[in-house]
Amino acid sequence: MSRALTFHIGAIIVLAVLQFILPVYHSGNLARIMVLAVYAMGYNVMFGYTGLLSLGHAMFFAVGMYGAGLSIRLFDMAAAPAFGIGIIASILFSLGVGLLALRTIGVAFMIVTLMFSQAIYLLILYFNPLTRGDEGFVIPQAVRQVAGFDLSDPTTRYFAALLLFAIALLGMVWLVRSRTGRVLVAIRENEERARMLGYDSWAHKLFAVVLSGTMAGAAGAAYGLLFGSVGASFAEVPFSILPLLYVLLGGPGTVIGPFVGTLFMFYLRDISSSFTDAHLLVAGIVLVLLTMYARRGIMGVVRERWAKWLP
Amino acid sequence: MAAVILLSTRGLSRHFGGLRAVENVDFDLPEGEIRALIGPNGAGKTTFVSMLCGRIPASNGQITFAGRDVTRMPAHKRVQMGIAYTFQITSIFDALSVRENVELSVQRCLGADRGQLAAASDALLERVGLLDRAEQVAADMAYGHQRLLEIAMGLGQRPRLLILDEPTQGLSDGEIADFIRLIREVARDTTVLLIEHNIDVVMALAQKITVMNFGAIIAEGTPEEIHANEVVQAAYLGG
Repeated sequence: MSRALTFHIGAIIVLAVLQFILPVYHSGNLARIMVLAVYAMGYNVMFGYTGLLSLGHAMFFAVGMYGAGLSIRLFDMAAAPAFGIGIIASILFSLGVGLLALRTIGVAFMIVTLMFSQAIYLLILYFNPLTRGDEGFVIPQAVRQVAGFDLSDPTTRYFAALLLFAIALLGMVWLVRSRTGRVLVAIRENEERARMLGYDSWAHKLFAVVLSGTMAGAAGAAYGLLFGSVGASFAEVPFSILPLLYVLLGGPGTVIGPFVGTLFMFYLRDISSSFTDAHLLVAGIVLVLLTMYARRGIMGVVRERWAKWLP
Repeated sequence: MAAVILLSTRGLSRHFGGLRAVENVDFDLPEGEIRALIGPNGAGKTTFVSMLCGRIPASNGQITFAGRDVTRMPAHKRVQMGIAYTFQITSIFDALSVRENVELSVQRCLGADRGQLAAASDALLERVGLLDRAEQVAADMAYGHQRLLEIAMGLGQRPRLLILDEPTQGLSDGEIADFIRLIREVARDTTVLLIEHNIDVVMALAQKITVMNFGAIIAEGTPEEIHANEVVQAAYLGG
């Protein structure tokens, strides 16, 4: 087994063990962090590996979340098929967004993704009777059951989050070392050269958007099912910026980086808000420092200095 | 035995606004030949070969490669058919290692088997003399070495037609001698179209020379014929 695979499986085992060690408050946080890390990992597929900067990733998260949530609310579906609907909705939606947005590049691409995301947010508000708009709705505990497991139970919830996280993490390890993963990096580094090596850059970018959007959607659907709440705030602009921050902090183009970034940001906010109301200021200062002194993010620096083998 | 025509163009033109960068070019390249394309700066050489490989679309005319009309075919498909292009302005994957650069060029034909990729890449790097730099970050290499890396990436695709756009620019005399040897070897099973300013390289390699000026072909022939051609001398001396 390669060092990279050992390292990531080791990380999953550590997280599994932590559930039994950590106080309930922190293991609850960690479950949330793992789901958000899947969102960030999805973001990283586009931003970190392919070089596509999206400013509207909340739309993918929201489509997954509402895909699952509305299936339950409107059609009385069970949790597992609702999760499936969330995933299918994410695939189809990200395919549509990819086909349209990839006609643009650079700044125009950023603006198009931002606008699509706003459209999704406004649609959620517009169909208030179905979605309950800003207020959102709760997925009742009775529905949050899969194969006899109660997803609202903290331990079950933790392991459900870990399962999703583990699949995403190992999938990423596999992807970045695959032929396709290398072509994505080639496109990030020099798209024209990649094209002139005979790679269909457009098809690869579309694949990146669909995979990225589907991972974000899976995170959204899981978030709704595990934590029971579905709301329009998950489709707002700030929620699109979060995965960008997580990835920048943790290390763009590293597999574990998005998780590290999510963990870091989550606790930075958690700790700083216990002694000041200005926790956003603290986050801002840390971000400025990081961009000044560690542009490649935490894991990017680790890879550069100590662990060149890190994918 | 009449040589098979691998690549030909008919009436190929490219206009940028009012500028006729390439105008009505009919060009035939037989399989197996080393052809040099020369001409003063701004003659339209790079524009012409860019249309061949699909980097820029043609305004008019037709391109046939290996018996197929490729005029409207996207660049990556032409590359898959066997047209490899090395850029005039070095275009490599800066942040990746030299070996990763070459691996990307060979993996399309070879698949993703790690061992096979590394072996094929190292063989190529040895051929261009960069094997001892395989681990280095591509952008950290000297310009001449980056040019050699480009050539290795061109060869890595195992092309039927290798288009080299000023490959020896920035190479030392020793490296140029190695380059000439390398291209002779490659030309045994590959057709080569070479844009080159270094006249010694042209004379050493080319079986035929095509001369362009003001977007049109003004002469074509063996090196001796071109050497003696008055029109060509006028174009170069500005007479």
